[in-house]
Amino acid sequence: MDNRQMRLDGNALGGLLRELFAADVTAARGACAGCGAVGALGAQHLYMHPLAPGAVLRCRGCDSVLMVVVRGEGRIRLAVQGMAWLDIDDRTSGLD
Amino acid sequence: MLTVPGWPGHRAGQHVDVRLTAEDGYQAQRSYSIASAPAASNQLTLTVERLDDGEVSPYLTEELRAGDQLELRGPIGGYFVWDLEMGGPLLLVAGGSGICPLMAMLRRRAGAGGSVLTRLLYSSRSWEDIIYREELAQIGAAGTGLQVIHTLTRAVPPDWRGRAGRIDRKMLADVAWPPTDHPLMYVCGPTPLVESVADALVSLGHDSERVKTERFGPTGG
Repeated sequence: MDNRQMRLDGNALGGLLRELFAADVTAARGACAGCGAVGALGAQHLYMHPLAPGAVLRCRGCDSVLMVVVRGEGRIRLAVQGMAWLDIDDRTSGLD
Repeated sequence: MLTVPGWPGHRAGQHVDVRLTAEDGYQAQRSYSIASAPAASNQLTLTVERLDDGEVSPYLTEELRAGDQLELRGPIGGYFVWDLEMGGPLLLVAGGSGICPLMAMLRRRAGAGGSVLTRLLYSSRSWEDIIYREELAQIGAAGTGLQVIHTLTRAVPPDWRGRAGRIDRKMLADVAWPPTDHPLMYVCGPTPLVESVADALVSLGHDSERVKTERFGPTGG
């Protein structure tokens, strides 16, 4: 099995991110720090397996790592070094 | 069908995470698309395909009984969603149980009288494997601008008048709205199908931003 078959959409990370963010961020747009491409988090490539402790979100344009979420031993670590910014629409975020 | 106390309502295309906890504390979690239309009730429907080597789907399809309790997280997702206000025309492409979130969209559309022009291209292994076969025939025959196009990839009945074979660029060129119609496209199913369909749609001139995908990956069960 190659990486392509393992791939999911960022959308599948929504449940875990919902525990970290007050809003649903799968529709939020972010910029890749690697190539500058801008797109919805839900549209990026996600590598996640039920038995793995974490998930890796990669830019669908250049494959750079955007975000890593690792969970275990009662902690969640979020690394977002690959994202220049994240833009959340507060009309649709449910924050109102 | 699940009754969820305090359910806030959902949008067509959203999913829930279902978590099972064994007596020894071992937990397994999977995501399932919501197949029911958004409604002002606290009930929702999931369609679960049983995978023989799955951890969660055999329990949900065989052991779960009416009245049992489940741990749910959701509704989840603001990306792979369709609301009536987003309009169309719509191209929905599904492989196997990838029909589920698209069914929520079709039910939403039908519930509102169904004026959004919509084409569903649905790939199944055989006639028997078509999920929601009767409901699709019914809403497809309602004359409200919905075309349901089936393709069968393994077993084709002798009198079959639909399409046969995997969805490819040529089939999409025949079925999809032209890019000049600016359709909204939703593709859901196993990862290889979703990737090849999305690539083909972009190669046919569609804007990749309008092609939304939901890949099931190798471990749906």
